[in-house]
Amino acid sequence: MAQARTQFGYLRHPDEDRVAPDMAEYPVVVVGAGPVGLSLAIDLAQRGQPVVLLDDADRIGEGSRAICFSKRSLEYWDRLGVGERMVEKGVVWSVGKIFHGASQLYQFNLLPEDGHKRPAFINLQQFYAEAYLVDRVRELPAIDLRWRNKVIALESRNDGVALTIETPEGAYKIHASFVIACDGARSSLRRMVGAEFSGQVFEDQFLIADVKMTAAFPTERWFWFDPPFHAGRSALLHKQPDDVWRIDLQLHPDADPVHEKKPENVRPRIARMLGHDEFEFEWISLYKFQCRRMDKFIHGRVIFAGDAAHQVSPFGARGANSGLEDAENLSWKLDRVLRETSPESLLESYHIERSAAADENIRESTRSTDFMAPASRQEARLRQAVLALAKETEFGKRMVNGGRLSVPSVYDTPLSTPDGDAWCGGLRPGASMLDAPIAGREGNPQFLTEAFIGAGTRFTLLEFGNGAAVDVPDGIKTIRIGSNEGFVDAAGFAGKRYDAEPGSAYLLRPDGYVAARFRHPTRPLLEAALARATGFN
Amino acid sequence: MALSTSSNFAKPDDAFRAIVEAHRGLTDAQSADLDAALVLVLANHIGDVEVLHEAIALAKRRMLEASQQQQQQQQ
Repeated sequence: MAQARTQFGYLRHPDEDRVAPDMAEYPVVVVGAGPVGLSLAIDLAQRGQPVVLLDDADRIGEGSRAICFSKRSLEYWDRLGVGERMVEKGVVWSVGKIFHGASQLYQFNLLPEDGHKRPAFINLQQFYAEAYLVDRVRELPAIDLRWRNKVIALESRNDGVALTIETPEGAYKIHASFVIACDGARSSLRRMVGAEFSGQVFEDQFLIADVKMTAAFPTERWFWFDPPFHAGRSALLHKQPDDVWRIDLQLHPDADPVHEKKPENVRPRIARMLGHDEFEFEWISLYKFQCRRMDKFIHGRVIFAGDAAHQVSPFGARGANSGLEDAENLSWKLDRVLRETSPESLLESYHIERSAAADENIRESTRSTDFMAPASRQEARLRQAVLALAKETEFGKRMVNGGRLSVPSVYDTPLSTPDGDAWCGGLRPGASMLDAPIAGREGNPQFLTEAFIGAGTRFTLLEFGNGAAVDVPDGIKTIRIGSNEGFVDAAGFAGKRYDAEPGSAYLLRPDGYVAARFRHPTRPLLEAALARATGFN
Repeated sequence: MALSTSSNFAKPDDAFRAIVEAHRGLTDAQSADLDAALVLVLANHIGDVEVLHEAIALAKRRMLEASQQQQQQQQ
């Protein structure tokens, strides 16, 4: 149980031989080699930035932890060159079912339409995701990954941050222009900058048991309110690779954690749920959770991402996925600031966009948690009424909240150019791009997300051609659909999803968000939109 | 104001009566359960979250003032 899946060795780095005040200088140091830190490092390295990545451990794989990775995360990992491996190993799913007592209340499909490269979700143990990301890191010489390097002190300077790092062979210092703290919910860097991290604490305890067994349950997310095997509380069952199943049982706030965590006490609970005793434990964890975020994600030259910056309850898969959205949001901006092609103030938009996303994730996951664990007798009564009404009414089913699963936020951001034309749907500025099947000149099928990667994951103009070529400013790549030299929207998905008419164009940011859209793009319009989206405004 | 507070029933007494009768014979707990379900059904029928917010604000304000007045009279 709870085996370390992959072990890495500590290697002494020549930086450790330098004697303060002499110290090595780096543009970016990322602290924490979890999914967020690893992804951010890869993204920055692919953009040409050298990255030092520090982690205080020498292994990954203490338990499954995060298991649900969203379509948006998979599209990001495609850009980082690891998406295919994740999907091959992962369990693909899109359907969830909600039960009340012994009977099913309703089911939902998170991706009911065709024409997307990636599924709504995969389930994959976090240690697999981390292992694949580490393999990718090893292919990138620009990343200098140092295990068992623990940051123990931080000193802010005008031009960056001096970090004191402890290794098995002593302490040393390095200087970074920017430090990105991806060191998790118990972030020590957050403590070092003296930032508050307060929010709502939930009293109910949840027991996670990952069990190994062969079972014929479908690959769906099953959620129970008041199931016969666990009266009065909620339960979750979800499949992972390797015949492992995630089981999450809500326990009483007063349950004794030490007692409840013992395998001999967990076993009868699970056996009651499954109706048999033929399983082994992979991982057992008992937790209470909090919904909270930092007031500011940026403290001078220290920038926080992932769980270090914000924490949510696990119902909704909003933890790891929102952390990955932080990484994709931050990396292109930091790259531009380091290249001095954008002012440092561009980074402020990272805080604006991602703290609003954190608020949304906290709001959604708080609502789910309140629904699962009503705080008063009247709240319980309202919950009971919703569940009772759900048996017979559609509106009741829609009100049942067993977790609202992660979708990308739509940003209200100074980087967006407001619409000046009339649109009837499509994607408004601040929304994340939608995938669509398209075909190349030779009829070879492709997806729009692949064409975006093919164009370099830079600012990209998605043009729906009308025969006339748009005069595109420097620094913007193009994807042309419908014209002779570009792609063909054979099935009409792209045109529909982007509410396109001949001549319409979308300016996509390097993170795949819509910066601006025009019915009749011109060079001055595009130049102004690009300037705004890169922090010149 | 989107919430309508003018009298909308041709026979208001019939509407009040219907609600009162729904509670006849119920314990307080059962009545509270019924009210919870009824509020949700009616809220969904209205289907406008602004109207709902206004309705909640009106109900809450009147209830609080009424209970304050009651307390003052008792003193």
